[in-house]
Amino acid sequence: MNEPPETISEMDHDKVLEQASNWLKDGHKVALATVIETWGSAPRPVGSQLAIRDDATFTGSVSGGCIEGDVVTRALDKLDGGAAEVVEYGVSDAKAWEVGLACGGRIRIMIEPVEGNA
Amino acid sequence: MKAEILSELVRARAEKRPVVLATRLSNGFEKLVYQTDTQAEKWLVEAVSEVLRADKGRVQADPDGEDWFLNPFNPPLRLVILGAVHIAQPLSKMAELANYDVTVIDPRTAFASEERFPGVTLVTEWPDEAMEKIDLDTRTAVVTLTHDPKLDDPGLHAALKSPCFYIGALGSRKTHGTRVERLTEAGFSEDEIARIHGPVGLAIGARSPAEIAISIMAQMTERLRT
Repeated sequence: MNEPPETISEMDHDKVLEQASNWLKDGHKVALATVIETWGSAPRPVGSQLAIRDDATFTGSVSGGCIEGDVVTRALDKLDGGAAEVVEYGVSDAKAWEVGLACGGRIRIMIEPVEGNA
Repeated sequence: MKAEILSELVRARAEKRPVVLATRLSNGFEKLVYQTDTQAEKWLVEAVSEVLRADKGRVQADPDGEDWFLNPFNPPLRLVILGAVHIAQPLSKMAELANYDVTVIDPRTAFASEERFPGVTLVTEWPDEAMEKIDLDTRTAVVTLTHDPKLDDPGLHAALKSPCFYIGALGSRKTHGTRVERLTEAGFSEDEIARIHGPVGLAIGARSPAEIAISIMAQMTERLRT
């Protein structure tokens, strides 16, 4: 069975690392974001991941869609040799409220570029 | 993350080896630690074993006070369905969506056919032989759907002797009553037999095969997560 090449379906959400690895093999630059801690009613559990490609295509999720935009922007900034970074989002933080973690939870996310070639 | 670490992690997942990705948060340094790895530092070996068992990542300080994020990658959950009957079709599809590796066992090849179960692992041996070859571990669920004691019972025997996290058996209360009698005669205790969910599934008034599959998936999820 042939996989549709550019379709990113719900099914792929637990194949985030595999997708990241394939993008790397195709010559793309890739970053990963991972939920490392949560407090309160966080939308996605610890360990949830998002893979971001250099053209801003992404797969997976680290929230219910609330903060992905900000995470993707930060990830893209790291693709040319940036370092890993831990970012905290929550209602107590005015900036985070702007990007919209409206569920009242708080989460810490690690964002890191993948270095080297596959 | 280094590309080599990513490809090793992807390979470990393909080979279904349990592994933990450990990341030092101060500088992003990463390494992979396997369950079988005894070379790593003592605190890490212990922590790796715990997060794999809990199937849940956490941030933990090492003896020097450095914070690490430990992210476990366990092999997929597994569902063994005995009986390639109508309900098994939606159940196997739903279980795949929920990231289970699905195996359907039925010696009746008219039922266990590729046309009826595209992409599913089909085993057409007798259930006792088939079950013997499967490691029914704590990440495995077993559901019997045949209605036929000749086929269902060997599967239930194997499941009851294993630490699998869920056992479900299709059939009415009356059918389950006679099943309990047979299992008691076979030497299983009341507590052991109580592990079986029969009638199978949560009571949501399910009627169609797909609805019954939903009630089974819901009950499996409840047993796994609560």
